[in-house]
Amino acid sequence: MGIVKNFLLRMHNQTIAELSAGLKAGEYSSLELTERFLSRIRQYGEQLNCFVTVSEERAFADADAADLARSKGQAGPLTGIPLAHKDIFCTKGIKTSCGSKMLDNFVAPYDATVVNRCRTAGMVLLGKLNMDELAMGSSNETSWYGPVKNPWDADSVPGGSSGGSAAAVAARLSPAATGTDTGGSIRQPASFCGITGLKPTYGRVSRYGMIAFASSLDQGGPMTRTAEDAALLLQVMAGFDEKDSTSVDRPVPDYRAALDAPLDGLKVGIPEEFFEHGLNPEIAARIESAIDEYRRLGARIHSISLPNMHLSVPAYYVVAPAECSANLSRYDGVRFGYRCEEPKDLADLYTRSRGEGFGAEVKRRILIGTYALSAGYYDAYYLKAQKVRHRISDDFKKAFEQVDVLVGPTAPSAAFGLGEKTGDPIAMYLSDIFTIGANLAGVPAISIPAGFVDNKPVGMQLIGDYFAEERLLNWAHRYQQATDWHTRMPQGFE
Amino acid sequence: MNEMQWEVVIGLEIHAQLATRSKIFSGASTAYGAAPNTQACAVDLGLPGVLPVLNREAVRMAVKFGLAIEATIAPCSIFARKNYFYPDLPKGYQISQYELPVVAKGRLNIFVDGEERTIGVTRAHLEEDAGKSLHEDFHGLTGIDLNRAGTPLLEIVSEPDIRSAAEAVAYMKKLHVLVRYLEICDGNMQEGSFRCDANVSVRPKGETALGTRTETKNLNSFRFVEKAINYEIERQIELLESGGTVIQETRLYDSNKDETRPMRSKEEANDYRYFPDPDLLPLEIDASLIEAVKRELPELPDEKRTRFREQYGLSDDDAATLTDSRELADFFEATVTAAGAEPKLCANWVMGELAAALNRSGLSIDQSPLSPEQLGGLLTRIEDNTISGKIAKEVFNRMWDERLSADVVIEQQGLSRLPTAPRSKRSSTQ
Repeated sequence: MGIVKNFLLRMHNQTIAELSAGLKAGEYSSLELTERFLSRIRQYGEQLNCFVTVSEERAFADADAADLARSKGQAGPLTGIPLAHKDIFCTKGIKTSCGSKMLDNFVAPYDATVVNRCRTAGMVLLGKLNMDELAMGSSNETSWYGPVKNPWDADSVPGGSSGGSAAAVAARLSPAATGTDTGGSIRQPASFCGITGLKPTYGRVSRYGMIAFASSLDQGGPMTRTAEDAALLLQVMAGFDEKDSTSVDRPVPDYRAALDAPLDGLKVGIPEEFFEHGLNPEIAARIESAIDEYRRLGARIHSISLPNMHLSVPAYYVVAPAECSANLSRYDGVRFGYRCEEPKDLADLYTRSRGEGFGAEVKRRILIGTYALSAGYYDAYYLKAQKVRHRISDDFKKAFEQVDVLVGPTAPSAAFGLGEKTGDPIAMYLSDIFTIGANLAGVPAISIPAGFVDNKPVGMQLIGDYFAEERLLNWAHRYQQATDWHTRMPQGFE
Repeated sequence: MNEMQWEVVIGLEIHAQLATRSKIFSGASTAYGAAPNTQACAVDLGLPGVLPVLNREAVRMAVKFGLAIEATIAPCSIFARKNYFYPDLPKGYQISQYELPVVAKGRLNIFVDGEERTIGVTRAHLEEDAGKSLHEDFHGLTGIDLNRAGTPLLEIVSEPDIRSAAEAVAYMKKLHVLVRYLEICDGNMQEGSFRCDANVSVRPKGETALGTRTETKNLNSFRFVEKAINYEIERQIELLESGGTVIQETRLYDSNKDETRPMRSKEEANDYRYFPDPDLLPLEIDASLIEAVKRELPELPDEKRTRFREQYGLSDDDAATLTDSRELADFFEATVTAAGAEPKLCANWVMGELAAALNRSGLSIDQSPLSPEQLGGLLTRIEDNTISGKIAKEVFNRMWDERLSADVVIEQQGLSRLPTAPRSKRSSTQ
C-alpha cells in the first residue's frame, strides 16, 4: 500500500510513456491523473503564470470519456493522457487569446486540426498556455497576460514564444504541451526550461486553426520531457490535412519504432558558425561534452560550415514581419476581437482598435513588415530576404550531403533575466540566432536538455534533413538513454 | 471642335464571376440572393487560424477560358495578397494573382460596322471577390454582407487595342457570349456576375505615346459601358482642347445623371504591397489537365457562326444573330431538324415571330413555351404548301396562346389550302 501511495504521489513526474503504461495496467484512471495535474495547476499555476485558461470542466469530461473508452477496450496509447495547448491553437468553445488583448474575447467556433487530432486520440485538455503576444517574442514578456516565470529561476524568463508550454511541462503541471515554432519558439523555451521540444519539417503538422504569425515559417510541434514522449505526441499531431494547402501528403512513420536504433557510424556535423563569437563559453563546454557523448555512442564527428548563417536573423526579420503585417490585418475591430469604445468613423475604428488591441512588439513587426513590402522597397528587402532564404536552404542541403545531423547549442545563453532584454529588441532577436535557420530552410530540429549553467538548463539542438523526425528522435532518445539531464526537476515543484 | 484629330484608346478589365458551386477558397455556397451572412463560413469571415484551399473547378474554368481565346496557360502561376483595409474585405487583403497570372496573351476577334478587328487579351487571372457594404438600410451605420466574399472571379484584362465605345461594347458582348458558351459564368449583369472597368484615354491622331487615362469602375450593362466611355471621351477632349490636363484617377459612372465623377485619385491610392500568399502553393497546371479541358471545349461562337453560314447557307448577319447564345443556336438547329424545311425559313421564324413573341412576354429562348419540334411542325406546313406564310402567323399566334401543335390548329380552323392535309409528314401533336 505504501509503495502504491508513494507511486501515486509521484504520478506527475512520470513520462507519457510511463503514464500510458500505468493507465493500461489500471494503476489509476484518467480521472485521477487529470485531478492530479489540475491540483498541481491550482497549486503552482499562478506563480508561474503559465496558463491563460484552465479548462477544468472540459478536462473532467475528456477524462471520463477516456476512462469509458478504456473500459470498452478502445484505448490508444494516448487515451486519457492530459495535455495543454499553447493558446495559439483554436479550441471550439474555449477562449483562444494568442496572448493578445486583441483576442481576449475570442472563442473560436472550430478546433484547430492539432486540437482535433489530440482529442480524437483520447487526450485530456487541461487548458491553454500563456505565450508571447501572437507568438512574437523570445521571452514570453510580450504577453497581454504578463510574463511567465521560469520554474528553474523565478527571476528568469522561460523563453518564448511557447514560454507557458515549456514552463508547464518543466514544472510537471502537464505531462505534455503543444507549441509552435516560427524562429525558435519551441526550441528556445525548451532549452531555457530543460525540456524536449521538436519543431517538425514545415508541412508535417497542419497549420489549420493555428493562429498565423508568419505562414511560411510557422510549424506546430510537441513539447515534452523526453524524446520518446515527443515521438508519441508527434505521432498524433503529424499528418496531411486537406484544410492546409501547405501540409505535405506523405505517410507518417511510426516514430517510436526506430527510437532505439544504434548510432554506430552516425555522421554528426558541428557547424563552426555555432561556436563563434557570442556563444557563452560555459554553454560551449556543455555542448562539447554532449558531443563527446555522441562520440561514445558510436558517432563520427565532422566540422561543417553554414556560411550564410549570419544572414539568417536579418532575413528572418524581413520575411516574418512582412507575412505578419498581412496576417494581422484581419484584426480590425469589425467582426471579432477587440473593438475600441465608440469609434467616430471607420478610420478611427481601425486606428484605435488596432492601436489599443496590439502591444508594442506586435506593432513594431507590423511596421517593419509593411515597410519591407512597400512600393520601392520590396526588391531591396522582401525579395532580397527571399534570396538569402534560398541560400540558407542550400547551406543545409549541402551540409546534409556530408552528414546526417547538425549538432550545436539551441540558444547562445541559458535563460536570461526578466526585463533584461525588453529594452533592446536586437539583443532579444539575437537569442534566436541558432534556431532561425531551420525555420527559413523548413528542416526539422529538436532541443534536448544537455546540462546546466548556473543551475539553469542548457539545451542542445539537433537539426535533421527534411522529414528526418524519426531519426532526430532516435538520436535524441539515445542521448537521453545515456544521460539524465532530462529527468532533472526544478526545485519547489516536487 | 474637330473631334477627328483625336484618337481614342480604351482597355477593358472585365470581372466574370465563375459559375462554381462553392467559393474559390472555401466550401461555402456561391448561390445568389441568400439572407446576409448566411453563406459565409469561417474562411470567408477571415477568422483567426483558418486557411484557404483552392477550388480546382475555378482553375478548370480559367483554363477553359484561356484555351477559348488561344492564350498561353501558365504551367505555374502564383497567388498573391493584395493588401488594403475595408470592412467588407475580411482578411484585410484580397487573394489575387499579380506577377504570374494563370492565363496570358490571348485574343478575341470582334466585328464592328462589318469590319473584323482583333483585340489582344493581356491576361486573365483568378481572384476572390469581396463582400458588400450596405449603406442604405441602416441609419448612420453600414451593414456588411459577406455572402459574396470569396466568390471566384476571373479578371480579364484587354490590351489598349479598343478605339471606340462601339468597339468596347462589341468586345464586351463577345466575351459575354463566350463565357456563357463555355458555361463558366452565368453572365447575369444585374447580379454583378459580369461587370467592367473601362480605362479610357485620348491622344492626338498620329501620336504613339498614350495619353493620361482614367478608369471608370463597375459598369454593369452594355449601355452604361457605351455611355460612360462616350462621356469620358468627350470630357477628356474638351478638357484638353481648353488647355487643361487629364488627371489619372478612378471614376464612377452615375447612370441617373449620365456622367462620370472622380472616386479617388491615384496619388492617394493605396500601395497594395502585393506579395506571394504563403498559405497557397504555386498553382501548377500540367499538360494532361490542359488536354482534358481541351476535349471538353464546346464549339465556340466563331466556329459555330462559320458552320451556320456554310452548312445552312445563311447570311453572316443571320449566322451571327443565331449563334449569339448556345441556347438560341441549339433551338435553331433543332427546329431545322424537326421541320425538315429550308434553313433560311427556320432562321427567319426563329429570329422573327418567335423572337418577337418571346420579347413581348419577357422570356428567354430556353423559356420558350413552344418547342423546336412544335415550331418545326408549323414550318413543315409552310414548306409543303399546306398553309401560306401569312396564315402561318395566325397559326403561330394560336399555337403560342393555346400551346397547341400546328396541325391541330390548322385542322380546327380549317386553314388548310389543300384538299387534304398530307398526314405522312405530320409532326408531333403534343
